[in-house]
Amino acid sequence: MAALTPTVLPDVSAPAHVPGRPRRVRVWRGVVLVVAALYFLAPLLASFIFTVNDPTQGFTLDAYGEIFPADGFAQSLLLSLGLAVATIVVVLALTLPAMLAVRLSAPRLRPVMEVVCTLPLVVPPITFVAGISTVLRWGPDYLATTPFYQTVMAIQNPSFPVVLVIADVVLALPFVYRALDSGLGAMDVRTLVEAARNCGASWPHVVFRVIIPNLKSGLASASFLTLALVLGEYTVARLLGFQPFSVWIVTVSGANAAMSVAVSIFSLLLTWLLLLILSTVGTRQRSGP
Amino acid sequence: MNGARVEFRGLRRTFGTAVALDGLDLTVEPGELIALLGPSGCGKTTALRCVAGFERPDAGAVLVDGDDITRVPANRRDAGMVFQSYSLFPNLNARDNVAFGMRVRKAPAAKRHARAAELLELVGLPTHGDRYPHQLSGGQQQRVALARALALEPRVLLLDEPLSALDAKVRVTLREEIRRLQLSLGITTIFVTHDQEEALSIADHVAVLKEGRLEQSGPPAEIYDRPATPFVAEFVGTMNHLPGRLSGDEVEVIGQRLPVQGHTPGATDVDVLVRPETVLVTPAEDGEALVVTSSFRGSSVRLLLRLDDGTEILADLPGHDATRLAPGGRAGIRLVERPVLVAPRTAAPVEVLTAAE
Repeated sequence: MAALTPTVLPDVSAPAHVPGRPRRVRVWRGVVLVVAALYFLAPLLASFIFTVNDPTQGFTLDAYGEIFPADGFAQSLLLSLGLAVATIVVVLALTLPAMLAVRLSAPRLRPVMEVVCTLPLVVPPITFVAGISTVLRWGPDYLATTPFYQTVMAIQNPSFPVVLVIADVVLALPFVYRALDSGLGAMDVRTLVEAARNCGASWPHVVFRVIIPNLKSGLASASFLTLALVLGEYTVARLLGFQPFSVWIVTVSGANAAMSVAVSIFSLLLTWLLLLILSTVGTRQRSGP
Repeated sequence: MNGARVEFRGLRRTFGTAVALDGLDLTVEPGELIALLGPSGCGKTTALRCVAGFERPDAGAVLVDGDDITRVPANRRDAGMVFQSYSLFPNLNARDNVAFGMRVRKAPAAKRHARAAELLELVGLPTHGDRYPHQLSGGQQQRVALARALALEPRVLLLDEPLSALDAKVRVTLREEIRRLQLSLGITTIFVTHDQEEALSIADHVAVLKEGRLEQSGPPAEIYDRPATPFVAEFVGTMNHLPGRLSGDEVEVIGQRLPVQGHTPGATDVDVLVRPETVLVTPAEDGEALVVTSSFRGSSVRLLLRLDDGTEILADLPGHDATRLAPGGRAGIRLVERPVLVAPRTAAPVEVLTAAE
């Protein structure tokens, strides 16, 4: 997360410098770093040892070898990635224009928008999914005679459940809002938009050629947070009976404990890799101008 | 590139309860540089934004060469604008910023680059095309913004306090360059500013706005020498308020009778408005005024004098004349014989008004 935190969180700079006592500060910094590193690395290391240490054979990488041919692995991973991409596209297409409109023409609605976008953090996922499944059960009963019946069935198609995209969009809103809000806050949106309009640019041109290029890092961090959220989302998918990657990991853990931990480590590495790609895309543009 | 005639007709715009424009009527002749001058909140920027298309007036119209453009979207108006804050696109270098409008219009790359280079040369930055906005100083950024505003050969140039973020020296050079460019291109220019010196020094016409209405419009010298209202008199330059007594067409002030210019208020007790440079000060042992302070300004010196009745007067005189007028000394005071403006007596009898500078 290191590359992304500056755009997501307010800059947490080095601890206040105490004049005449730099050594003590440095020591404390080291202590904090070591404690934090232990906190994160110890479980990771334990998991890794668990996957490679077989009680009978000793060191083995079999658990990792089993991942790829495992039944349902590729399918569920591709489903999760597909869901993530769809969610990112939808959530950005919804929030960016809305946030621009609020900033430019109704600044007084900003607190309202902020509260609305933060709501998903307040509502527990279990409540959320209970509501969704109620609606999905209610749908067929009342819509059986209308064309909407087909729609309700289509969004629950197990090979690509659109209903999960809808749910994930809602769950991602708070993170996307924060990321984009800090990105937009870093530039003078109104002046840039007016300057572009003054040069003859239409609204789509303004958004694609002026706003988006200057919002790269905000968009990248919004996308990454959404990606991480969708890859890890379990409650809604499990209770609605779909099998994306997170649900699949839990399912296989019953059958093969070592492999399920190996998959977890693999997915962590995969997420880091994607993060790295996204954050280089975001910062490469920024280092230019 | 020729200028267009711009007309404001009964322009009205309110923001909630605040009235930004209250029936503004003003005509800008083709090729003219007009300065909209006024305190903050007088509606000058709103008027400019109505021409650019960023504000839609509640009533009234903006006409360019006789065509009503009030309903035309901002991106289809024939006006280039330079903004108060730095407005260059941070992701583009100077050349691409200048060429942005041509790119929108899908001009071929070679033509775009040639034109951008030409414009950058025009604003004195021929070698800065590859620099990004964050690599340019404030003055350079505003020059690039000016080049961008001129790139599409608009017939109207809108300048919204483009110099206010710059430091004093850059401000003076850049405003002179803007004027030189404007004269050579013959483009109609509307220049919004709250800096009266800026307005007086480069504009053909100065329009002073107050509370969304036109207070006075005229050439700079006329605005300064013959202000139509006490507001204009106080806003442009510095004014002394001296107690005076009306009698017929004349007013009696510190022992002199001067003709009155403009209309007179009903009461006989009035404030007489006198510019510091029309106060003549001579060193005199038995003079009626005491020199209170003296501030050296290079070419001139501003004295604060106090009469025996407590009235304070500011006087400007050439630097070398002031050596004999040290604080604590006495001096004689006379006013230049010329028509003066009078205003109703203000509540505080002793007051020296210094307008925003």
